Amino acid sequence: MAKTLAEKVWDDHLVRSASGEPDLLYIDLHLIHEVTSPQAFDGLRLAKRGVRRPDLTLATEDHNVPTLNIDKPIADPVSRLQVDTLRKNCQEFGIRLHSLGDVEQGIVHVVGPQLGLTQPGMTIVCGDSHTSTHGAFGALAFGIGTSEVEHVLATQTLPLSRPKTMAINVEGKLKPGVTSKDIILAIIAKIGTGGGQGYILEYRGSAIRALSMEARMTICNMSIEAGARAGLIAPDETTFAYLKDRPHAPKGEDWQRALAYWSELKSDSDAKFDKEIILDADQLSPFVTWGTNPGQGIPLDGVIPSPQDFTDPEEVSAAERALVYMDLKAGTPMKKIKIDTVFLGSCTNGRIEDLRAAAEIIKGKKVASDIRMMVVPGSARVRLQAEAEGLDKLFLEAGAEWRSAGCSMCLGMNPDQLAPGERSASTSNRNFEGRQGKGGRTHLVSPLVAAATALRGTLSSPADL
Amino acid sequence: MEKFISHTGSALPLRRSNVDTDQIIPAVYLKRVTRSGFEDGLFAAWRSDPEFVLNKAEYSKASILVAGADFGTGSSREHAVWALQNYGFKVVISSRFADIFRGNSLKAGLLTVILGQSDVEALWSAIEAEPSLEIKVDLETRLVSYKNQAISFDLDDYTRWRLMEGLDDIGLTLRKIDEVENFEEKRAKYKPKTLPVLS
Repeated sequence: MAKTLAEKVWDDHLVRSASGEPDLLYIDLHLIHEVTSPQAFDGLRLAKRGVRRPDLTLATEDHNVPTLNIDKPIADPVSRLQVDTLRKNCQEFGIRLHSLGDVEQGIVHVVGPQLGLTQPGMTIVCGDSHTSTHGAFGALAFGIGTSEVEHVLATQTLPLSRPKTMAINVEGKLKPGVTSKDIILAIIAKIGTGGGQGYILEYRGSAIRALSMEARMTICNMSIEAGARAGLIAPDETTFAYLKDRPHAPKGEDWQRALAYWSELKSDSDAKFDKEIILDADQLSPFVTWGTNPGQGIPLDGVIPSPQDFTDPEEVSAAERALVYMDLKAGTPMKKIKIDTVFLGSCTNGRIEDLRAAAEIIKGKKVASDIRMMVVPGSARVRLQAEAEGLDKLFLEAGAEWRSAGCSMCLGMNPDQLAPGERSASTSNRNFEGRQGKGGRTHLVSPLVAAATALRGTLSSPADL
Repeated sequence: MEKFISHTGSALPLRRSNVDTDQIIPAVYLKRVTRSGFEDGLFAAWRSDPEFVLNKAEYSKASILVAGADFGTGSSREHAVWALQNYGFKVVISSRFADIFRGNSLKAGLLTVILGQSDVEALWSAIEAEPSLEIKVDLETRLVSYKNQAISFDLDDYTRWRLMEGLDDIGLTLRKIDEVENFEEKRAKYKPKTLPVLS
């Protein structure tokens, strides 16, 4: 029977499938971090259970760690206890951990791919909803809660009901200045934050195939913002070239064997998706959000919509609330919106290509005098690479802050937060109320728009410079 | 896990859609390493407004939350479920739940019930007219009832059985561990391992 890519990966991990119960899926890689794991380890100890496969488990410190003075003890005692708890748990159960200060430390979804641990056809889970990032390699990757973290630690499996599949076909060629971030923001605006509920998304089409691995990761990363737990892209030559010679990529004959399997990982031409969506890449322009959920986005050239523009009563009231929270008026051009802070980083857009693209725009110029720009590399390796290329100097000379790796202002769990009323242009993934700090207001943007906005002080694209 | 068979209580009408997990509990409250004590963070930003529905005396005993569509979107933090439970909620009713939140709630024993949006609207009106209105949510019959209304809801048989028996998912899987071992023997050898550390 013809199968979609997601169905192939699912079926290849079935430990058990019986009617009247969920499928039991084997998990190839379990990533953990300090925030969603402590209660899971407690659960193991209470039940006197061990970790079944420490050799398929990897931990990093990312969510609540500081991005300044990382050589000193963490100042906030509650954060420090959480990080110390992870360190103790990893030591007790023999789990590999990349701590603050370690060259492999960083955001878990940046670290997995750069080590070559993320490979096509794998099942990958983490107690973090942006685990969907790893889908860019043709892996089935999704976020889980702490009860499920405990389940995977104890059994290396998860009981799951088979989701439906949705094809998102993006055909055509992106215009200069338009990025994969704009593609995914446009998709979410089109299908809504609940559009992907119950589905695994597969991004397909010529515009997707033309993207680099890092750009693909940006798209898959935000599948969750469209409501889908997972989103994936069939592996191809771009994927294989990215993986070749990475530390944990297969070597020698194993590489050939893996390649043979990976090459089969695509949806059969006659496979049936439960739903199909089409997006025209040629028509896309830089996209930004105006509201308080990621579906409330429009082209940067547009004006803020009026609640009356929506038909669904829930959307009307959501728009009314969003305009009040964001302190914005319908009809205002997006480009007139004045920004206080620009955040460049996160598991969405904190990779080397993102930093290069932004640095290219900032190069030799100055960040607007009333703008704070924070550049937070996604991992310590990304930071080192950027420094080797001199990108840190370009940012610093422009007046931006150059920080150490972590989730940082994406979720405002560490001290990197917006003040109440402060407005950001952020390359992260969520514009929820207070996400980046209580009372803070977030506009989601691409790294290119972030850089141009930092220079002009208002939401801008590189073409405006 | 405690068995869930049926729950009767009064409800809190939360007339908001797209209530994301950052609203249910902001990230700054996630630093605790326990499963308890998260009630302080529940709807923390909204609670600073005295007019917010959770602050109203007439709903102080509510144990059922009736929310707008797309409840629990965003982060995978199970702390959102714990915050609701720690505060005293046993059931959340909405027309749509985000997938991860829904999975977390049913693992942790917080019953999430999906009703049609018109049923949710009718419930809101009924609760607002009579805040002490008794609502019964019954897993045995899969019915939400109040006054002379009885609305059926779907929940797959397996999850219903697990909740009614109060069974731990891990224990259930460990009964089949020989099947996991069989699977592991057949796994491709080129699949990556995190240990030993390679560079």
